Amino acid sequence: MTYSPHTDADRERMLAAVGVESVEDLFADIPASVRASGWDVPPPLAEQEVRAELARLAGRNRIPAVSFLGAGVYRHLIPSVVGEVIGRPEFATSYTPYQPEVSQGTLQSIYEFQSLICELTGMEVATASHYDGATAMAEAALMACRLTRRSRVAVSAGVNPDHRRVLETYCSGPGIEVVTVPIDLADGGSGTTGVSAAEAALGDDVACLVAAQPNFYGQVEPMRELAEAAHAVGAQLVAVVEPTSLALLDAPGDCGADIVAAEGQPLGIPASFGGPYVGLMAARMASVRQMPGRLVGATRDREGRRGYVLTLQAREQHIRREKAASNICTNQALMALAATTYLCAVGPAGLREVAELSTIQARHLAAALEQAGLAERRFDGPYFAEVTMRVPNAARRHAALAERGIVAGYLPERDEPALRDTLLLAATELTTDDDIARLVSALEETR
Amino acid sequence: MSHPDDLAYSREHEWVRVEDGRATIGITSFAANELGDIVFVELPEVGATLTQFGTFGVVESVKAVSDLYAPVSGEVIEVNEALRDAPELMNSDPFGEGWIAKVELGDRSELDALLDAAGYAAETA
Amino acid sequence: MSVVEAPRSDASGRGAAFSGAAGGDDLRVVEPLIFDRSRAERRAVRFPSPSEDARERASTQPDLPASVLRTAAPRLPEVSELDLLRHFNRLAHLNQAIDLNFYPLGSCTMKYNPKVNEWAARLPGLAESHPLDPEGLSQGSLELMWLLAELLKEISGFSAVSLQPAAGAHGELTGMLMARAFHRANGEGERRTKVLVPDSAHGTNPATATMVGYEAVTIRSNRRGGIDLEALRDALGPDVAALMITNPSTLGIFEDQIDQVVASVKEAGAVAYMDGANLNAILGRFRPGEAGFDIMHFNLHKTFSTPHGGGGPGAGPIGVSERLEPFLPAPIPTLVAGDAAEFRANARAGRSTPGARFALDDDRPRSIGKVRSCYGNFGMFVRAYTYIRSNGDSGLRTISEDAVLAANYLRIRLNDVYDLPYDRLSKHEVVFSGRRQKREHGVTTLDIAKAILDHGIHPPTIYFPLIVEEALMVEPTETESLETLDHFVGVMRQIAEQAASDPEAVKRAPLTTPVGRLDEAAAARRPDLRHAFAGETDAPDAPAAAPTPKAPTA
Repeated sequence: MTYSPHTDADRERMLAAVGVESVEDLFADIPASVRASGWDVPPPLAEQEVRAELARLAGRNRIPAVSFLGAGVYRHLIPSVVGEVIGRPEFATSYTPYQPEVSQGTLQSIYEFQSLICELTGMEVATASHYDGATAMAEAALMACRLTRRSRVAVSAGVNPDHRRVLETYCSGPGIEVVTVPIDLADGGSGTTGVSAAEAALGDDVACLVAAQPNFYGQVEPMRELAEAAHAVGAQLVAVVEPTSLALLDAPGDCGADIVAAEGQPLGIPASFGGPYVGLMAARMASVRQMPGRLVGATRDREGRRGYVLTLQAREQHIRREKAASNICTNQALMALAATTYLCAVGPAGLREVAELSTIQARHLAAALEQAGLAERRFDGPYFAEVTMRVPNAARRHAALAERGIVAGYLPERDEPALRDTLLLAATELTTDDDIARLVSALEETR
Repeated sequence: MSHPDDLAYSREHEWVRVEDGRATIGITSFAANELGDIVFVELPEVGATLTQFGTFGVVESVKAVSDLYAPVSGEVIEVNEALRDAPELMNSDPFGEGWIAKVELGDRSELDALLDAAGYAAETA
Repeated sequence: MSVVEAPRSDASGRGAAFSGAAGGDDLRVVEPLIFDRSRAERRAVRFPSPSEDARERASTQPDLPASVLRTAAPRLPEVSELDLLRHFNRLAHLNQAIDLNFYPLGSCTMKYNPKVNEWAARLPGLAESHPLDPEGLSQGSLELMWLLAELLKEISGFSAVSLQPAAGAHGELTGMLMARAFHRANGEGERRTKVLVPDSAHGTNPATATMVGYEAVTIRSNRRGGIDLEALRDALGPDVAALMITNPSTLGIFEDQIDQVVASVKEAGAVAYMDGANLNAILGRFRPGEAGFDIMHFNLHKTFSTPHGGGGPGAGPIGVSERLEPFLPAPIPTLVAGDAAEFRANARAGRSTPGARFALDDDRPRSIGKVRSCYGNFGMFVRAYTYIRSNGDSGLRTISEDAVLAANYLRIRLNDVYDLPYDRLSKHEVVFSGRRQKREHGVTTLDIAKAILDHGIHPPTIYFPLIVEEALMVEPTETESLETLDHFVGVMRQIAEQAASDPEAVKRAPLTTPVGRLDEAAAARRPDLRHAFAGETDAPDAPAAAPTPKAPTA
């Protein structure tokens, strides 16, 4: 199966026009010593054959009947209209809007995305998007280093451990040291970043404090106090947020955050085994020239018509080359469009319902496990829609439940040995009472 | 393209006007034209010390970005605040309202390393 | 936005196709912002209420304290589903796209994106697969990643692959971090501080070098458009960490001294990095790993047809030589039970292998770490795998043959009307110069690009590579028919003629697009980067277009 439209007659005509005998002549510039020796690539497949192969692979996955797994990637309802919009070929099969006159659809949708992210986060400027939440956070930390001309980054242990690994890698590039601020892991402790621990890690050489709201373990952090602690030493607060939570929780812009980074996956994007997702980044207007990534701005055409263009491009690699703020070239426009469509589809009331239902079902779940004597909350204090529960023999029972098609959340001991025998359980608006009942009875049976 | 006779010019397309031991610095009309529509200039801080031929700021246009090189050494005593809101002054009036900074001139002999209007015109011809 | 002027069915000829934008009373707005369609309490989606039981049990748990609650709801638009859909459908109509028309944007490989790829990526078994599900539930996803990596190894001749980088520039970053880790492991981390980059390179190359703390050093091109071997050898020394080279180059030219380039780099102890952006030209003909390169990034969204999505998502896996393998990002999907050869043979025949098991190998102590959350843009892996299996060995070779044939055909058909600074065999693309039109008629490449818009074709990449004056970079790809290529030739010739006979007409273009040339200087001077709600002044509406005499640059 090939998608080339050329018939042999077409090829003959083109070869004749070019003035060569055969297509081999067009590759004469490849030195003989480095020509490909051959390869082991299977023969072509017809559409029905390739479908069978992909169906085979999809069938090798087992999508659990019941899942409480979140840990940074959440299963939310994706309204049908989202798939309809991002499936439109005018959005899907166009590229970076280099020619604004024929890219107003993409450009305006990005402007709307930037506007929505500003509104959600309470910030003044948002980028056109990044690869994912982890790289957005890492770029935010590097941005804070440029803004403060400092070269240390403090990150709360409450930030997603997978994302912290990406932060470490990015910071290793320019040689920026990353220090981890511990969270209160004591049994019955707060599970949050202690302000005194943050203060201990902060000094006048620290560019920023990175903290997550809610944190990886679901706990609600004292963001205002953390912002004050950072600002006291001239550091910035990089707030990492879960976007649906912003219907209920204080906007980071109101908590003193200087830069906001987030994984946008919960906004209408499927889990898809890890991607593609979309990274969100927002900041204060005063910092805009140190922001990495694309920005779309409004302007007018020669006849006074409103239109949109890529703007402030002199910050970017294609102009500034080795002096650019980042090497980032594209954004995740189609995923940003999914988030835009999602936010417009649910609206303020819908987003609040999502957040409320998720928090209610998380509490329902925790209460049901506690009342059945199966688990206790590992931390004290408020949590959002994910809760860390102490469960005896958590790893063994997690595996046993998976065999039955029930994923009992995430095992925090994978990253944090102190959290042995705990489960990190997430609820969303898709979590049903029946799901919770099935988890309770399955845990009963593996007691 | 006319270059005022009372200015000295650097090969990096900056001009300098000396009055009472103070030097006013800007970019030439040639530089402004080459850059195109200027959209932003990063001004030095008052009190900063410039070194002759060292970089002291950045100027951005829609399509390009360029470092600014000091034509003379000296301490910055004033910057053109108007450029923050209207960088286009560097396009419309590069030798006048589009000036960038004023410095306390340290060493007058540095001017010997610069070109006069005719020399600069020849350089950019 | 209250200024009203003449309707759009004016002399400009704009708008008939786009004038369905009811709802905005400003006729100078093509489609209002979604915020302008918002009406309080309108809804598109509703969610169920929690049960009494759920509420009751939840009430026994700690509430969110008032101190962390938001006081004012975010002002998201309140719209019906139909209004929402119409808004985005109208916006879609304002876009040019591959599925609508020819899109020869050089260096971007805008080929057709087959629909079976989309079908595959949406299979619930793949799309709903959670990246942190127990490995036993994710064997299909892991197998697909392993199979794709095996195919990419075959195609590129490298001994190992990481799928993690999310885009080409991200692959470059990964590759340069690995180059540095390699030199550090050899005790040369301090000494090797420079990365050599030809002057024809994408801006991402030098920007990447800087991000990793290296100094980017530019190597000039020779008169034939290749890297200047003398200049390269002069620059190579014990302080050089790597060469980053794009091959075929951004001029669409194969570096015909590539064997000597690689040998020189290796001899100097540096790492040879190939930017694989232009792999579409050399499938089955040149395998960079086999030719001695250490690292290459793939652009799955170019060569392997995953849709460009208005700028992303893409995917930028990297292939590496054996000596770089220990430094690859972790984790890597690995076959932990079963025989790889048997497994490959079965997969080729579309069979699963009983007993085979995949796991994510995260125990890689010399790894540079992770560069992205989870494992990369998996949805792109599904599409690329589908595409490679559909085309198979012969199809992949045909892709490159036809892409190269099309580029050469355009070169021959247009080189009498547009200058061709480097008149050599083309690979995936051909770079013309509009300098003759500029010099003789005052018509710039930007003007030509805008005139192309009026023919419903997306213009080539312009003003890149930087070493070509008034560059027009044309990449036709293999999926455009001869009729389309001939039509494009006709359009380009017609514009060249018009540049001579009526240059002002070319400079007025475009006239048929939803908006005309936009004032980019005003956009950058007074940035308006988000919607201003009523009563807000901090994000002012753009001022009326300033009369800037100079055309903005795209």
